[in-house]
Formats: sequence, structure tokens, C-alpha cells
Amino acid sequence: MDGGPATAEGGVTISVNGRSLPLGDARPHTSALDWLRAQGLTGAKEGCAEGECGACAVLVARPDPHDAGTTRWTAVNACLVLAVALDGQEVVTAEGLGSPTPVERLHPVQHEMAVRGGSQCGYCTPGFVCSMAAEFYRPDRVPGEASDEVGPNGFDLHALSGNLCRCTGYRPIRDAAFALGSPDADDVLAARSDTPPPAPVGTRLTHPDGVFVRPRSLAEALELLVEHPDAVPVAGCTDHGVEVNLRGLRPSYVVALDRLPELRGLVVTDDVVELGAALTLTEIEARLSDTDAEVPLLSAVLPQFASRLIRNAATLGGNLGTASPIGDTAPALLALDATLVLVSVDGEREVPLASYFTGYRETLRKPGELIRAVRVPRPPAGLTGFHKIAKRRFDDISGVAVALALDVTGGVVTRARIGLGGVAATPLRALATEEALTGRHWDADTVAFAARVLADEGTPIDDQRASAAYRSAMLGQALPRLWHESRESR
Amino acid sequence: MSTDLSRLPDGSHDPVSVGLDVPHESAALHVTGTALYTDDLVPRTHGVLHAHPVTSPHAHARVTDLRPEPAYGVPGVVRVLTGADVPGVNDAGVKHDEPLFPHEVMFHGHAVCWVLGETLEAARRGALAVEVDYEPLPSLVTVTEAIAADSYQGGRPTLARGDVESALADAAHVFSGRIDFAGQEHFYLETHCSLAHLDEAGQVFVQSSTQHPTETQEIVAHVLGLASHEVTVQCLRMGGGFGGKEMQPHGFAAVAALGARLTGRPVRVRLTRQQDMAMSGKRHGFDAQWRAGFDDSGRLVALDATLTSDGGWSLDLSEPVLARALCHVDNAYWIPHLRLHGRVARTHKTSQTAFRGFGGPQGMLVIEDVLGRCAPLLGLEPRELRRRNFYADGQETPYGQPVRHASRITAAWDQLVERADVAAREAEVAAFNAAHEHTKRGLALTPVKFGISFNFTAFNQAGALVHVYKDGSVLINHGGTEMGQGLHTKMLQVAATALGVPLDRVRLAPTRTDKVPNTSATAASSGADLNGAAIKHACEQVLARLRDVDAGRGLPWDELVRTAYFSRVPLWAAGFYATEGLHWDSTIMRGHPFKYFAYGVAAAEMEVDGFTGAYRTRRVDIVHDVGDSLSPLIDLGQIEGGFVQGAGWLTLEDLRWDASSGPGRGRLTTSSASTYKLPSFSEMPEVLHVSLLERAHEDGVVYGSKAVGEPPLMLAFSVREALRAACAAFAPAGRPVSVDLASPATPEAVFWALQQARGACTSEAEQARNEPSEAEQARNEPSEAEQARNEPSTKPPAPVVQGSPGLVPDQPPPDAPALHPTSEEVGEP
Repeated sequence: MDGGPATAEGGVTISVNGRSLPLGDARPHTSALDWLRAQGLTGAKEGCAEGECGACAVLVARPDPHDAGTTRWTAVNACLVLAVALDGQEVVTAEGLGSPTPVERLHPVQHEMAVRGGSQCGYCTPGFVCSMAAEFYRPDRVPGEASDEVGPNGFDLHALSGNLCRCTGYRPIRDAAFALGSPDADDVLAARSDTPPPAPVGTRLTHPDGVFVRPRSLAEALELLVEHPDAVPVAGCTDHGVEVNLRGLRPSYVVALDRLPELRGLVVTDDVVELGAALTLTEIEARLSDTDAEVPLLSAVLPQFASRLIRNAATLGGNLGTASPIGDTAPALLALDATLVLVSVDGEREVPLASYFTGYRETLRKPGELIRAVRVPRPPAGLTGFHKIAKRRFDDISGVAVALALDVTGGVVTRARIGLGGVAATPLRALATEEALTGRHWDADTVAFAARVLADEGTPIDDQRASAAYRSAMLGQALPRLWHESRESR
Repeated sequence: MSTDLSRLPDGSHDPVSVGLDVPHESAALHVTGTALYTDDLVPRTHGVLHAHPVTSPHAHARVTDLRPEPAYGVPGVVRVLTGADVPGVNDAGVKHDEPLFPHEVMFHGHAVCWVLGETLEAARRGALAVEVDYEPLPSLVTVTEAIAADSYQGGRPTLARGDVESALADAAHVFSGRIDFAGQEHFYLETHCSLAHLDEAGQVFVQSSTQHPTETQEIVAHVLGLASHEVTVQCLRMGGGFGGKEMQPHGFAAVAALGARLTGRPVRVRLTRQQDMAMSGKRHGFDAQWRAGFDDSGRLVALDATLTSDGGWSLDLSEPVLARALCHVDNAYWIPHLRLHGRVARTHKTSQTAFRGFGGPQGMLVIEDVLGRCAPLLGLEPRELRRRNFYADGQETPYGQPVRHASRITAAWDQLVERADVAAREAEVAAFNAAHEHTKRGLALTPVKFGISFNFTAFNQAGALVHVYKDGSVLINHGGTEMGQGLHTKMLQVAATALGVPLDRVRLAPTRTDKVPNTSATAASSGADLNGAAIKHACEQVLARLRDVDAGRGLPWDELVRTAYFSRVPLWAAGFYATEGLHWDSTIMRGHPFKYFAYGVAAAEMEVDGFTGAYRTRRVDIVHDVGDSLSPLIDLGQIEGGFVQGAGWLTLEDLRWDASSGPGRGRLTTSSASTYKLPSFSEMPEVLHVSLLERAHEDGVVYGSKAVGEPPLMLAFSVREALRAACAAFAPAGRPVSVDLASPATPEAVFWALQQARGACTSEAEQARNEPSEAEQARNEPSEAEQARNEPSTKPPAPVVQGSPGLVPDQPPPDAPALHPTSEEVGEP
């Protein structure tokens, strides 16, 4: 092999389908997908290498968001996860769920998919099976009233939103999902769920291509960032993995933050909701639902943010750290008047999100600083709307995102916050529109007036997602739509 | 003979496997991740080298120097493959217009050379180190640019009947228009992949994700300077093909084979998604200009149209795709006078190729667009206008083939109107629309008539091998490939039925060129028709011999087989089939190219949000004709999957090339899953009812069945027309308005269309202009700003112009070349 040997403290091992496998000659940037396939576990496929198609989905044993003492089988895109980041973790692939013969050895998910015509070419199927199995095992999946997107067995179709199929048209896959029962009493993976997940393991892999470190504490992470100013901090790798796979990024030093307990808190006080930067978006959804705190715009964004496979890995810290001009959480958090808690070896500082973005993928976060948490003030605004404009309802990137938060008192707009994504080099506040609204009566005339102001905000461009004209038109439609929705809901 | 082919075996004691609902033969392997695809063989093969291309950053340029030497300085790089290494013909195509290692790059992403490395990472780094000097040349990126530059390739066929000019002059209503509509990326989940190695005798063995193993074999042989018998190609299965692996795999297989030949080691070529999208051909986008004449009752009297396909840099299958497009402009409609010109634009893009429907969808889009746009101008409901124009029994297509079972179109249509409760739902939709200012619904029905067979007669042949072993078990081989369509499942059912054995006594071995030679591509929906007939033919030869052995004793199968062996009776046979009754002259575009037509009808109900143009598919009802289904679960999957794929083409899937004059000119800007959007779960119809047309037995086809691969894709025009109807409902006062809807009808395109309807002036005078206004002409000519944007833009099509002459389609020059009589043929014309 070219590139020379890798060294890891204590040796990296990963449990796959119940067998402990050494990392072997994998490099720091080798994806879990490439590593699994090199082991001969070729069930997981590469369809896009950027977390859009889900053909590579596998199950990982993670802490249950509601009860960290138990395990949640969590489906993730193996193409984005770094293999070394799974040190000490447990992975289950389609091969591990069941066997083709005899037919009784098929997993219930596999059986339903097979008999209902859920596979045609079969290439996306192992990924679908893993995503479906994760939902099969979700402990709070309970039978109930069915809807378009939830089966009578409580199966939430959004669990499959990150899996693409080019053959079936999805109907048989939906039928398979909605036909699933509950795990049998002797189901091994269900039994595993009742016990704690593997703890994170401190890891260091040194290779001529670069170094991967999973520090054991925030303090250690911050020290590493001082020692290695060019170090790339990563969490869910949903952006980093794309840079590695598609654009050849090979950073010399990577520091993994996603399991640091200091970054994984969720605190609700009377004045603020504080969200740990390394909580996954799935965890935020679940853990907010365990509290009485309402975070209106965020609760609207999260179900529309990419796909379940991505939300199972992506974090607010990553989404804001990469400072994508689109990243859907930023417009919502801008409208919520959120602040960021930045931490370094010198201590913490709190900065308003509105002043955080300084240029295209640039922020005022200094070298050596990390986002520790996002703070959202309470109580939230009374009238909110989140409009994601994209081609596809599930699993798409916005052409435009508009988050609106208005306080209307006695028929007068007393406060307006509007966050925009996809219309400039950074997410931004629609300051002129906010000013145009504030102090005016909340009525059709104000809406029409302010809509014209909003249509001129930002500096939208033409690209493959939308034309500049459409982006501006969508800004112009946002307030009339909010007005219409607010009257419909009354 | 033909009646025998479609008849089920006599005798009720025989198990009859055809017609049973059986899952895909590999389903248990699929769901457990144990089904192997070509790239899954790599970790199971020792010492594999990985290939990475060096690709052009220009849309068009001359390669003035190529310096591979620096790549050898990259650790792990083993070999750089260049044109100098080719022992045979440096060409990846069948028309000899596709150099495998080009001196002139013809599109952004064109591979100049390939680097082999011990790892993919080494090959990738080696490719970055290769130095290439380019002299950029002028380029044509859009079909509009190509038309302006008179840049065409191949034949320029005309399909004509009657006297179009007189008919238009006498028509009560004449309209004209133009639409420039997009192609489609195949986006098979498995990208192109080949793995080649040499056997002990130096023969080349290539495992390839290919729909056309024989042609892959031929191209590998001619690149390596070998005879076909020195090359074997195997395809285990494909992770989707859709036409994208009919011609496109050959060059990649040849690179792998060349690498294996030069290094003596196995070589893997597997494209990343971005490479696959940037380097391989797609469905052709088209520009269509048309004039249509109707009589007072809304019957089509004449159609004059010019279809220009965007062929990309080389011909590939562009000529037969164009021929099929022209042969499907009629769709299900009788058009007495008609003149269709076709031409293939040469642009600096990937070489566009086969894609499910093979031009048929593009041809049909034209007539469905004509009808959808003209219905309001004729004062007719689109549903009524369509039905009024259906073929009747006894009528012929424009190319002179009788439309067999034409009355099935009307029968299926009326069946669907009833089953889908269309009349009542139209009233519900109208009531909903009256009550909702910002949300509108549309309901539309569209028909499909699709010709089955390769247009080119010679391709309508197939071979098979059937082996019966001494223990009574059966192994079959045939020339077709499995890409998810369930061909192998159907073939197992055909063999079990023909031999009268249970399904589990029959196994099927992977498709290989050393088992069944000289096969046609698995394409044109014909896989089951052709290979099924060949398998049945082989089975019947064995059965005839067994019947002689049995001599009326009625021996059980296993005993009969054993007895036959000891009687020295051969227990295997090669089957062959050639479709009867076909003839086609592409130089005059006349003949009887199709064995039969497949029919279908769909009704779609869409809901459109007036704030954004976003939409949902509320309900879809389909009646589709598969004859007597060989395998209902498989056929249902083809119908639903084809429909959704067609809906993707017509709505979300938005191929954009950089058409600016900047440094990225010619680059595909939607070359990834994050920028090119396939339908996902959210696009699945909320309610979906599919039924198979009853009493649909097709005489002369294997067990009375019909082909199903392609036709259902075109059922998706119902979605496009329902979107058009919903947009029209945004018009003030609900007056009928002709809506110009771009294709794909993305939410953005729908937003512009509904905005147009909202602003529509309802006065007849404004609607019925005789001359295109200056503004309209300006819209026909893309503005500079539009030119600078990615192509195709979502600008709406030019509005329909009423009256003659209106917009007159471009006419070909007198010396325009016809299609060559063997324009589809492999090898030297």
C-alpha cells in the first residue's frame, strides 16, 4: 500500500455485526463505507458519496435521545462518517440484520421489502433496509392513527427521507414499512437497545496523510486547537465528508467533537434555551419534545432539514461552523435572535448570531475557538413562519429560506425579526423589512408595503437551484403567505 | 407459430408459473446486501488496480501536449493509459466518432487519459499530477446556439403524410408554438463500473455493468485489436440501467481491459457519481417548433413540426432516438396530414443516448403540449379534446403501420374515467379552486400508445440456452441482462411454464457473451418478448425429445429426464427467436417497425401552492396494458416506477449546463445528487391506483404478454397536464387560459406559469393575436441575460400564436441527408 503505515494508540477496532474488526490500513479520511466494503461487507453501496441517496446507510448504536442509558439503533450515511470515528462503536449492516437463506432468517424488515416488491435493481435496498430497521426499533414508535406520512404501525415515513430509489416509485417500500409489526421477544437488536451504548473512546490515528484525534474532553480539544491552528474540528461530518469525498479535502489534522459531553447539553431556563453544539438535530428534536420549551421556528426547520439520515449526524455547531449561506438553521436562529457561545482556552464569549457571519463561509469565530452552544431567548415571538423553497419537499437544499418572527400587540407589530438564507453570501437579517414592519398595524396594507421591501433584500444570484428573479419573488411572497397563514389558522 | 407462442401449455396438471405474483428472483439477496454488483467483486479479487480519469476543463479544446510523467512520481501510481497504448482502434463507439483517448476534447469532463494506481487515492492523485495543455476552441453549449450555427450531425429524416400546407390553409383553427424541453440524467443508483482481467491464455474477461454485453465485447475487442472470441463480457446484474448502460459502458470497459492487458493485473474502472454525470450521456433534450390545425369540432387536421434533439458531441444513438421520437409524435391521436422534420444538433456536451422511451417520450411531449396549450383556445376541455382525437380501428400511423387494437385506447380511457371517478372529482376540483385563492388543483388524463420492437429490424432477435441436468434440475441462460426490471424473474417463469416444472427447479445463470453470442441490447422494452420466446423455443426442443422418450407413458419429470439420459437423448438446447412481420425503411421513414403497441392511460390530480409554485401529487390512477401479465408484481413495479421516473423528468429533474462565456462554460452544474433532484418519497402520489387492462391478451407474443419497461414512463404526462390545469385555475374569473409551462415544470417554472395565468388578459382579442408581438419574438430568442444563465432556463415556452402563418417551423435544406438505412447498426455503416 502506498502512503505508509498508520499508527493508533491501542489500535482502532469497530464492532460490525457482532464481530470486532481492526481498522487495518484505513487512513484518517477513509469513510466507514469504503472501510466496510474493503472488509468484504459490500452490502452498503456508494450511490453519491455525499449523503443524498442513503444507499450506504448502516446502523450505529447511539445513546437514546430520551434516555442515554439505553441504545438507539441510529441509521447514518456510512459515506460521510469517517471509519476511524467509529472506534469502539457498534455497527450493523444489511448483512448483519438477516440472511437470504433459509427465508426464516430474513429480518422482518427484509422480509417485507422482499415479498412486496420493495426491491427492483436492489442497489439502494440495503440502505433502505437499514433506515427502515432503525425506525422498526424506535422505542417510541407506537401504533395509532395513520396519515400520509405515518403508518398505522406508527412508522414515520420521514425515517426514509434520505433514501433514494430510482426503480420502484416508492409505493411498495411504503407498504413494506407500514406493514411492519413490533420486534419479537427474542430479537437480539431490540434486546441490545435496553442496555447502554458503547461509550465514546479517545482515539488518535497518525498517518502520513494526516492525524485524527478524538479528545476525551473539551479542555483537551481546545488545547489541540491551540497546538494545531490548522486543525479541522468535525462533528457529524455531514459537510466534512462531502468535502473529503467530492472535493479531495485531505486535512492534516482532524479533531472530532461530536461526543464531547460539554457540547451535548440541553438546558431550558425561564429566559433561554441552550442547545449544545454537538447534539445531533435528531437529538434536539427529541430532547426539546421532552421539555415544555417551545422553539417555534426551529421546530419547523428540523423536520425539513435534509433527511433523517443527515439529522442523525448533523449538529448545530457544524451547520453554523461551516457558515453555509443556505444552511437552514441559520435563518431560523437569526429570526429567533439566537446567540452563540464560543469557547477557547481563554474562556467563553457570547456573540449574537446576527453579527457572526462576516462573509462567504467566513465568521468571526477565531482560530482556536469552538461553538459550544446556541442560546435562544425565551419567550419566542407570537407569530412565526418558516418557508423553505426547494424543488423537493423531503431531503433538499433550499433555494431560498425565510424565517419570520413577529410580535403583534394590539394589532401593531412591536418587533420583527426576519432571517434569510440563499439570497446572499451569508445568511442575513432582513433589516429594512424589519424596520418597515415595526410600529405598523398588522394588516393587508402593511403586508403589501413590507413585502415590496423584503423582495429587494439580499443580493440573490442565478444558480442551478433557482433564478435570482425567483429568489426575489419568493422573498416578496413571504409576508403575504404569513399573513394568509395567520388568518387561516385563526 | 405465432399462436403457439402466445398460448399456455395444454393440460391442467402442469404447474403454470407465468401469471403468478412472484417477488424478484434476487429479492432475498437484495435485502440482505448479498446480491453482488460489479464493484462488489473488487474486494473479492486479488491485486486490483484502480483507474481515475484526467478530464477536460474545457467544453471544446485541442490537446496540444500531454505529459503523464509527473504522475509516476506519485506513490502508488502504476501506469498512465494514453492513446499511444491502444493496440487496436482508438474508439469507444459504434460509429467511429468517439475516440477513447481524444486529441480534441469535445465536452467539459471529457477524459483525456486514465491513471492506474494501487489504490483509488493513488490514481486520483496521479491524475491531478498529469499535465495537459489545451488550446481552447469555440463551443456550442445550447441547442439554440447549435441551431443558430447550423451545427447538426447525422441524418435529417422527414416523416410525412398527406398535404400539410393545404390542410393548414383550410383548417378552421391554426396555432403555432415552440418549446425547448430538457433531457434527463439516468441516475441509476449504481454508476458505471467495469472490472477486467486476463485469463491464463491471455483472453480478456470483463465484468461490466452493461445492458449490451455483446457490444461491450465488440468495443473491447476492437480497442485491443482482438477478435471477439478472445473477449468475454459478463454482467451479473446492474443497479439500474434505464438505457444509460446500452452504449455508454463500452469505453469504460475498454479502459479497464486495456489496463489489464498492459499491466497483467485486474483493473477496475468505477465512476463516482460526479464523474458519471459529467462524462456519460443522458436523455436528449429537444427543441420543437410546431403549427397545428384543427377543425371546428377540435379534430386535428394537420401538424407541421420540426424537432431538434440535442445530441451532444457524437452521434451515439441519436439517430434512432430521433426516429422513434418522430414515430411517437402522434401518440394516440389520428393526424391525417402531417410533416415532421427531425435533426440532431451537435453540441459540446456529453453524447446523449438511450433513456427509457428512447425518444418516444420526447415525441409525445410535443403533441401533448400542443393539445394542452390549444384546448383552451378551442374552447374545449383538454380531456374532451384528447378523446376526440384518438385513433380508431382501421387507421394507420403516419409511417404506415395499422394501429392494431386502437379501440383499446378509448376503452382504457373510459374505464379509467369511471374507475377514478373523474367526473365527480372534476367538480370537486372546481369547487376547491373556487374556495381557495392561494391553492389550486388540477386534474388531467393523458394516454400512451408506444410501439414495441427495435425500429431497426435486425435487432429483433434473441438466443437462449436451456440445460436440463440428469437430476431434473434446469439451468437457463439468455442474452438479456437484469437491471432491476425483473427480466430474469420472468424468464424463470417462462422456462418453468414451458417445461411444466415447478419454478424452484429452474435456475438462471448470469448473462455472458460466451454462453449466448451476438445478442441485442436489453432495451426497447423487448427483453421479455425476445428472450422469453427464445427460451420457450429451447424448452420446446427439449420437451419434444422428452415426449418421444415418454412415448405416452406419462413418466414423472425426474424419471423421464433420467430415462432420456440413458437413452442418449440430448437434454439441452439452444433457442432462437426472430420477431416476425417487421420491416422498416428509415430512409423514407415508412414500414411496419413495431410488433404491436402498448397502451395506457393515467389520471393525475395535482395541488399547486400559489405563493411558491410548489406542488403535491394528490392522486394518480392508471390503467395499463401489459397483455396477459407474465408476472403481475414485476409488471406493477415497472408501471409505478416508470410513472414516477417520468414524473421526475417532467417536474424536478433539471439538468443545467453553464452556458455563460466564463471559464466554466460547458460544465454540467447539476452533476451531483445534491444539485440534481430525483423524486423522493415526498413526490410519491398520496393515493395511487394501478390496474392492468383486462382482456388484453396479445396474440403472437410469449404467453400473450406485452412489453412493460418503457411505456409507463409516458403516463407521467398526466402530471404535467394536471399542473398546467392547476396553473390555469389561477387566472382571474376562472376563464380558460392557455398556459405555457416549461419542462421540467419545477416549482419555479410552475410559479412563473401561474403568475402568467394570474396576469392573463381574458379578452379574446388579446388571446388570439395573429402575429407574434415583438415581445414574444424576443422571448423566442433568448436574451443575453438568459444566455448567460445555466441552460435550459426555466423560462416559459413561447406563447401559442393563433392563426396562420404564425410561427413556421424551420424547413430542411433540399440536400438534407436522410437517415442511413442502417443508421442503428453496429459497426461500419
